[in-house]
Amino acid sequence: MNYNWNWGVFFAEAIPGQTYLSWLLSGLTLTVSLGIGAWIIALVLGSVVGVLRTVSNKWLTGFAAAYVEIFRNIPLLVQLFIWYFVAPELLPESTGNWIKQLNPLAQQYFAGMLCLGLYTSARIAEQVRSGINSLPRGQRHAGLALGLTMTQTYRYVLLPVAFRIIVPPMTSEFMTVFKNTAVTSLIGLLDLTAQGRQLVDYTSQPYESFTAVTLLYILINFSAMRLMRWVEKRVQVPGMLLGKR
Amino acid sequence: MAYQFDFSSINAGTLSVLAEGMAVSLKITLFAVTAGVVWGTALALMRMSRIRLVSLFAASYINLFRSVPLVMVLLWFFLIVPQVLQNTLGLSPTTDVRMASALTAFALFEAAYYAEIVRAGIQSVSPGQATAALALGMTPSQGMRLVILPQAFRNMVPLLLTQAIVLFQDTALVYVIAVADFFGSAYGIGERSGRVVEMILFAGAVYFVICFTASLFVRFFSRKVQQ
Repeated sequence: MNYNWNWGVFFAEAIPGQTYLSWLLSGLTLTVSLGIGAWIIALVLGSVVGVLRTVSNKWLTGFAAAYVEIFRNIPLLVQLFIWYFVAPELLPESTGNWIKQLNPLAQQYFAGMLCLGLYTSARIAEQVRSGINSLPRGQRHAGLALGLTMTQTYRYVLLPVAFRIIVPPMTSEFMTVFKNTAVTSLIGLLDLTAQGRQLVDYTSQPYESFTAVTLLYILINFSAMRLMRWVEKRVQVPGMLLGKR
Repeated sequence: MAYQFDFSSINAGTLSVLAEGMAVSLKITLFAVTAGVVWGTALALMRMSRIRLVSLFAASYINLFRSVPLVMVLLWFFLIVPQVLQNTLGLSPTTDVRMASALTAFALFEAAYYAEIVRAGIQSVSPGQATAALALGMTPSQGMRLVILPQAFRNMVPLLLTQAIVLFQDTALVYVIAVADFFGSAYGIGERSGRVVEMILFAGAVYFVICFTASLFVRFFSRKVQQ
């Protein structure tokens, strides 16, 4: 193959005042901020739904189960298109019009964040549920026998241990959320993947561009893993089985 | 609600296009599951190999593919596969290689995920089994092939099938290299008829019915296996 390698291309000027490197970095920033935003939404909603799946009220568990099944059984790309293209049409006209008048970037960004957040929340809910269910049933009974209300039992007895148990599986969810942000490039958001594609078009150096993007994804992944390992160490219950590695 | 639904763009004419798209989605899924399980099993065995270089290769392969988004992998192979095909088979640059790129990308990408499932499956078989196989005079590779892998695969079936459902959903991402799979066809019909909203919802509903039914089946099946 006669391909002209040129790694200096990243320092070339894309448009006056901006190098291709700065494009990549802006994509990186967008990917990371999108991932973190989605993760926060997912953590909050996922915890609530996961807890609802373990309560004794049939309606609440039914609702939570339906929630999880819906978000788990529709492809992420289709969900994203639903939030971005369909939702504004189905909302009351005034709200829909208000959304459509927003800056397109904001529309893409918030649709992407909401979509990823809800999608991930269903997966987190499953982890929270299995964490709570893995606790001996005696813990719930002991909490209630001590005179705690059901809410207090969850708050002070079940959840503190359940959340610690599920840190390792959550690590892979946390890493997945950043990888999933790549899907938002398909609604036009200039995330890391989209910037990579744009670089291919502008520089005609596809291998360098994709390699740089790939390395940045590996960097994100690695940092996410280190962060979760740190969390895992910080929160582990001394002497418990999960303290062992 | 202000929006007036009109599902008339789903009719006899478009249904055949949608069916063709679904055939493409299923074809990619089937190919990627088969190739992914075979290559994934090989990777898992390499990963557990005592030869450092071999296990290092497998570990790097698995970690690399698991840290990069599928969209990016699809784009990579859409870039590489045409060049390789042109150089080795002498195809003209105008040949449509989107499908070949998608199949390669999915097979190699999913193998990394299947490798981890297979490795967990092998490790779930008690170590006494390997020792027993050796004690019976089997070579280590015979023990792996005749004693450990059959049991490992039986334990893995639910996970392998669940991963296949995830994979089926992921095939929608071939949209990025413009392969007309089920979702791509549905969206295309929506764009031409001006009924994008209906077609996206329809596609979502179809995916939901298929994946939900399949996951119920997997749950039923794994309960049966466990008994």
